[in-house]
Amino acid sequence: MKKKAIILLNIFTVLLANCFFLTGCGSDAESTDTLVVLNYGKYIEADVLKRFEKETGIKVKYEEYESVEDMYAKYKAGSINYDVICTSDYMIETMRNEGELIPIDYNSLPNYKNIDPAIIEASEAFDPSHKYTVPYFYGTVGILYNTKMVDEETVSSWKSLWDPAYKNQIVMINSQRDAFMVAQEVLGYDINTTNKEQLDDTFNLLCDEKQYVYAYLQDETYECMISEDAAMAVCYSGEAAMGMEYNEDLAYTVPKEGGNLWIDSWFVPRTCKHYDAAMKWIDFMCEEEAATENFEYVWYATPNMEVAKHEDEETLADETVFPTKETLERCKLYEAYDNDTLDYTTTLWKKLKAY
Amino acid sequence: MINRLRTSFLATPYAVWILICTILPLFYILGYAITTPEGSFTLSNLTAIADPVHLSSLWLSIKVAFVTTIICLVLAYPVALILHNLKISNKGFVVFLFILPMWMNFMLRILAWQIILSNNGILNSILSAIGLPTVHILYTKAAVTLGMVYDFLPYMILPIYNALSKINDSVIEAAADLGANWWTTFTKITIPLSRDGILSGIIMVFVPALSSFVVSNLLGGGKVLLIGNVIEQEFTLARNWNLGSGLSIILMIFVLVSMSIMNRLDDSENGGMLV
Repeated sequence: MKKKAIILLNIFTVLLANCFFLTGCGSDAESTDTLVVLNYGKYIEADVLKRFEKETGIKVKYEEYESVEDMYAKYKAGSINYDVICTSDYMIETMRNEGELIPIDYNSLPNYKNIDPAIIEASEAFDPSHKYTVPYFYGTVGILYNTKMVDEETVSSWKSLWDPAYKNQIVMINSQRDAFMVAQEVLGYDINTTNKEQLDDTFNLLCDEKQYVYAYLQDETYECMISEDAAMAVCYSGEAAMGMEYNEDLAYTVPKEGGNLWIDSWFVPRTCKHYDAAMKWIDFMCEEEAATENFEYVWYATPNMEVAKHEDEETLADETVFPTKETLERCKLYEAYDNDTLDYTTTLWKKLKAY
Repeated sequence: MINRLRTSFLATPYAVWILICTILPLFYILGYAITTPEGSFTLSNLTAIADPVHLSSLWLSIKVAFVTTIICLVLAYPVALILHNLKISNKGFVVFLFILPMWMNFMLRILAWQIILSNNGILNSILSAIGLPTVHILYTKAAVTLGMVYDFLPYMILPIYNALSKINDSVIEAAADLGANWWTTFTKITIPLSRDGILSGIIMVFVPALSSFVVSNLLGGGKVLLIGNVIEQEFTLARNWNLGSGLSIILMIFVLVSMSIMNRLDDSENGGMLV
């Protein structure tokens, strides 16, 4: 019987280990003088981080997350006091509404002048009087496709993702908001709709698509496309540009129905304990050299106007990286959902995954 | 008396570990499970299992765990038997070979399966090279089951192998002396005597398979939603720790029930055990 008791305990430990991994991140960074930075995965050139530490003498605890929702969960868990965070437009709006943001002292950012005023203006959709944010990168959501398997005409519409001819060849984006956007463009709905009937239609259309979907992926999308495991994938423009670097047959487009323009920005949350260091961090990200290095690593459109000096014409003319005016006109920023809609769409997303 | 004191003293670190890392978190989970995010008492997090989405993912988890266990058992028993009957001096080395893959990071091993099973992967390259049609396995339930079988197989082999090693050879010889053929000896002697190992093996495969979410995350491509994934997403994506805890408690109840069934099976046959 003792043996059974030991097995039983082992099993409890296994079950609990799951919970521990989710909650057990330590709070060791709080007491010391380290700056705690939270950013998307694969979103900074490692060398820039090292140079910041060397030049300013500030130690950085750098943390990453995969999706906007992960970021929010990490922040809300409250076990770590983040000093500066980079995330996407509509989440910044949510957190601004919750009073989680601290205004930025733009006077202490000498490099802020490098930032494109047009992008700052576009940011006013989520940061109305522009008090809280500094743009980092921006881009679009579109279709990355393999020209050997799909022709340009087909992917000029989001409807191609419902084409039975590409069964098990379609990679859908594993992010609730972006997946809903795709279906809403097909249906001709507003991508910020909160109408429950329209959301239900969106959900039903996505359920219908699931039979053709190879996988719902996010950070693995471009690897999957490089190795030609799929014919087309919904992904972000930078991910597409990165994939096209490795496989010449890949191309990227924002379908004619329109899509999403997103802007990722730095902001300072209420938990900030090192405000001056956080300002130095944000300023460093706006610096010409750092921005260039970062751009050459992540391949998203940079709002930093000085970067253009370092790039050749081919790069600057790359419509995947820098969306054209016509593309941008078709694209809209997401608006933050109210709590009710957020709960509703989260439930629908779960239902889709279980479908 | 001194002996007993000494041994219980040695168990203290383990007891402390269990208290802090097992018992205490359990109470926390229970606390979350029976409260709302605002802190008032509710049972809705527990009854939420009746929600069609949760119910269907729980059912899927049970099916996947069941199939995984059966496949593991069918694969592991002959292996353990062969291992036991090997006429080489260094059996420890062969056992070591079975444990060896477990030294490598679990994620890496599962990621390797992604490369093998993908549309353009190693398996399909081989199939098309020899003129066979390609198969679509990655990001299906089959891939998730395969990943789990691969991962949990050693946990089935080892207890069965241990149980077989404990069987006294003279018992087998006696059966042969009394005229039993190989099949009769196997079904009447070997299997009943290795029952303990089989049952521990089943528990050690079924239970982690039931609550796993990593394998389905990596090999399910977001299309296979097991109850483990639902719980994970409640903690991360939906930020509803209360619901996540409630579903965890339900899952624990399922685990306990299946284990008590296994234990009963074990006890009822104990009377007939030799040695």
